[in-house]
Amino acid sequence: MATAAPPAESPFAKVNRDIIGALWEPDWRYRILILALLAVLGWAGFAWIYQIKTGMGTAGITHPVMWGAYITNFVFWVGIAHSGTLISAILYLLRSGWRTTINRAAEAMTIFAVMTAGLFPLIHLGRVWYFYFLAPYPNQRMLWPNFRSPLIWDFFAISTYFTISLLFWYSGLIPDLASVRDRMMGLRGRMARIKEKIYGALSLGWQGTDSQWKNYRRAYLYMAAIATPLVLSVHSVVSWDFAMAITPGWHSTIFAPYFVAGAIFSGIAMVITLSVPFRWALGLEDYITEYHYDNMAKLLLLTSLIVGYAYLAEYFMAWLSGDPIEWESFRWRAVGAYSGPFFIMVTCNVLIPLLCFWRRIRRSIKAVFVISVFVNIGMWYERFVIIVTSLAHEYAPGAWGLYKPTWVELSITAGSFAWFLLWFMLFAKTLPAISITEVKESIAEGVWSPGDKKEGA
Amino acid sequence: MEARQAMIATYDDIHSLVGAVRSIREQGCEDVTVFGPIMETELEEVLGKPASPVRRYALLGGITGLVCGLALTVWSSYYYPLVVGGKPLASIPAYVVIAFEMTILFAGISALIGMLIHNRMPTFKLHPAHDPRFSEDRFAVRAVCDPGRAAKIEEVLRSYSPGEVRRDR
Repeated sequence: MATAAPPAESPFAKVNRDIIGALWEPDWRYRILILALLAVLGWAGFAWIYQIKTGMGTAGITHPVMWGAYITNFVFWVGIAHSGTLISAILYLLRSGWRTTINRAAEAMTIFAVMTAGLFPLIHLGRVWYFYFLAPYPNQRMLWPNFRSPLIWDFFAISTYFTISLLFWYSGLIPDLASVRDRMMGLRGRMARIKEKIYGALSLGWQGTDSQWKNYRRAYLYMAAIATPLVLSVHSVVSWDFAMAITPGWHSTIFAPYFVAGAIFSGIAMVITLSVPFRWALGLEDYITEYHYDNMAKLLLLTSLIVGYAYLAEYFMAWLSGDPIEWESFRWRAVGAYSGPFFIMVTCNVLIPLLCFWRRIRRSIKAVFVISVFVNIGMWYERFVIIVTSLAHEYAPGAWGLYKPTWVELSITAGSFAWFLLWFMLFAKTLPAISITEVKESIAEGVWSPGDKKEGA
Repeated sequence: MEARQAMIATYDDIHSLVGAVRSIREQGCEDVTVFGPIMETELEEVLGKPASPVRRYALLGGITGLVCGLALTVWSSYYYPLVVGGKPLASIPAYVVIAFEMTILFAGISALIGMLIHNRMPTFKLHPAHDPRFSEDRFAVRAVCDPGRAAKIEEVLRSYSPGEVRRDR
């Protein structure tokens, strides 16, 4: 940025310069990536329009597998959304010092992932223009939602989660937006005035007085405190979409904790996958260091072990139940037509993350990045395996069947990744991608400061 | 009480600031405002201002959400009775999920609204003493006291190695 740095710059001023300086002025690689993402998104939009125009027959979902790639994507993206609020809220309450540099990006990821997930019920509906039938309001059609249905719980859970995550993220941004505004005050030019106005409006007139801070910190603490049970409830409710049905392979009490652990697992993996290129592109290597990846890898390992335990416990319970249908469903899941996805799921989610037991691997950013990519793949397949194998192999052999995604479903799946990344890229260049305030708090409290890799930790 | 004197002193780090605030409060200066890029619990204690009222907003919002969630589900089940799966019209265990989500939603929104109301936000008008560096690396104390005490307070502020001290209106 144009402000000349004084010779002896204070640590706080350096934080402002580094983080705000990473905004705007994108280089050619950024522009090309945006164009590529728009192209993928455009193709997916075409596929969706084709599906709407031609009918749901263009998707591979049919009897008996009526939930396929779309619902897989829905559950996958809701899962991705879980790490943001976990890192922000739960680790805030636990006073974990390492969350400070990744919480902003993780929260942004949460919001964009919910925005992605929210598209899939609409795409899955087929006649998408009837989606307003879901809303509970008295109407002439005499329709009223059944509040006993897990699907309507899910509607409430996801919309609450989206709203609270958005407000939590935004309230975290307020002092940082004021920092951007104040930095623009020092610059000349018309663009600086426009930016000053925009960021000033977004910061709602924040000026950092003690009484403002006091109310702000209280509000933030309460938001964190209520977001904690919320984050645990949301994926529990998503899991009940399955567990409340009597389908073998779904109807299990382990589903809520199993899905919550899986969601945190996949969310942390996505934070790692995105933050590695992001810290490099924005030149923020001093802010997200080995210390942060070490801690994220530990969380990844813990949740991987929980997920691995849940896989085993499902088999054990199927065997212990003595129910031949339940057992057949699980046997077929491992060795039947979908043994490939099952194999990918177990390898990526249970075996590969075991590498994180080694400290040297946890502290190698490249290794953690590669592991996180495998986990992302594995978690997508986990959703697929749970949803599709259970439906394909229910009670009566006459009603068994197989499912294969069509090009429409695959295009829309690819489009969902483009949609998510596009939002994330726009975020990284317009808003402070690391919490300026929290980095300063870490420095002032001596917890951690930029560039510190905390070898001894 | 006519024409009280305001003084502004800026500091580079929060520890000098805490010391300065503590000393001027001991000198009997009650009207103290602090500006800064961060806030610490220690500073809040030294300032000794009453607890934030935001807690009441969060509680009231949460209770409202709980009541609304239960009311929506139970009332609508009786208003438009449809027995589903032989379950009672007021299937409380199933409705708890919706009541819970509404509790969280209302509590979060009202905590934020409470914060905005008590912080007088949103606004476009910044405090006359506002300086862009207060969101960067400077902390400032604005102390308002009787003109008779001003010299003493200024001396105290100067003893904590401030960046600058100036008299304000």
